[in-house]
Amino acid sequence: MIKARVTVTLKNGVLDPQGKAIEGALHALDFSGVGKVRQGKVFDVELDTKDRAKAEADLKAMCEKLLANTVIEDYAVEIA
Amino acid sequence: MKTAVILLPGLNRDRDMIAAITKISGKPPVTVWQTDTEIPDVDLVVIPGGFSYGDYLRCGAIAARMPVMDAIRRKAEAGVRVMGVCNGFQILLEAGLLPGALMRNASLKFVCREVKLEVVNADTAFTSAYSQGQIIRCPVAHHDGNYFADAETLKRMNGDGRIVFRYAEGTNPNGSIEDIAGIVNEDGNVLGMMPHPENLIEDAHGGTDGRGIFESALGLLGKVAA
Repeated sequence: MIKARVTVTLKNGVLDPQGKAIEGALHALDFSGVGKVRQGKVFDVELDTKDRAKAEADLKAMCEKLLANTVIEDYAVEIA
Repeated sequence: MKTAVILLPGLNRDRDMIAAITKISGKPPVTVWQTDTEIPDVDLVVIPGGFSYGDYLRCGAIAARMPVMDAIRRKAEAGVRVMGVCNGFQILLEAGLLPGALMRNASLKFVCREVKLEVVNADTAFTSAYSQGQIIRCPVAHHDGNYFADAETLKRMNGDGRIVFRYAEGTNPNGSIEDIAGIVNEDGNVLGMMPHPENLIEDAHGGTDGRGIFESALGLLGKVAA
């Protein structure tokens, strides 16, 4: 079995009001030196295969078809 | 005019939509469940608002991958009018039937209030009841109505008159880019809009500004509904 982690984040240039609110909250907690904060999603996916190349191709297809909205989001696939 | 209303788990404006269509067209719409692979022969398909699949992953994302979407896509390609309101708009975007995306409101708050809409293009299948530039009232109720599209897409849509409604008079409730509230596809037969015209169609609602969208789409102009 292959374990993978998919990270989905907003593209540069897409406004992220949630990230902004988190940034403001970090400032309110007195964390100094906090710059821009962008938030996103993480998916941990288990795949019933040993074939890493196939797993990667499948995961990319999953991102394109469902996990990410490529109009506003980028994704990254990481295989453990 | 025959109509169909799409049903998905988590939608909650379906009854309002069915009531509005029934009232205006004189005939109740057929309802089509998400797993149906065929839509009967109709002139207008409507995806109502709500919270399909609990807004999990992204609003409309799961709904847009259900079997009924292929049937809706075929109807749209065949020139049948398709209209998505609120969650229905989010679903049409996720399904790729309209360009762009709807993100969390800039205020991060759910907004439920009345806004003003400018009819930016009165020359569409959904807006011919209005005059160009007319300002109408319309209720909104959503958490993710912040429309976004890249600069090139916006330019193309502006040029083609595909931006149909804009929030007017400073009433943009969600931070939507260019105050966009509703758009149509390239062929002009698919409309997506965040506001709820079905909730402003009779005097008991406090106004009838939303009727024109249904009267236009149903081809009822100049005629009294049976």
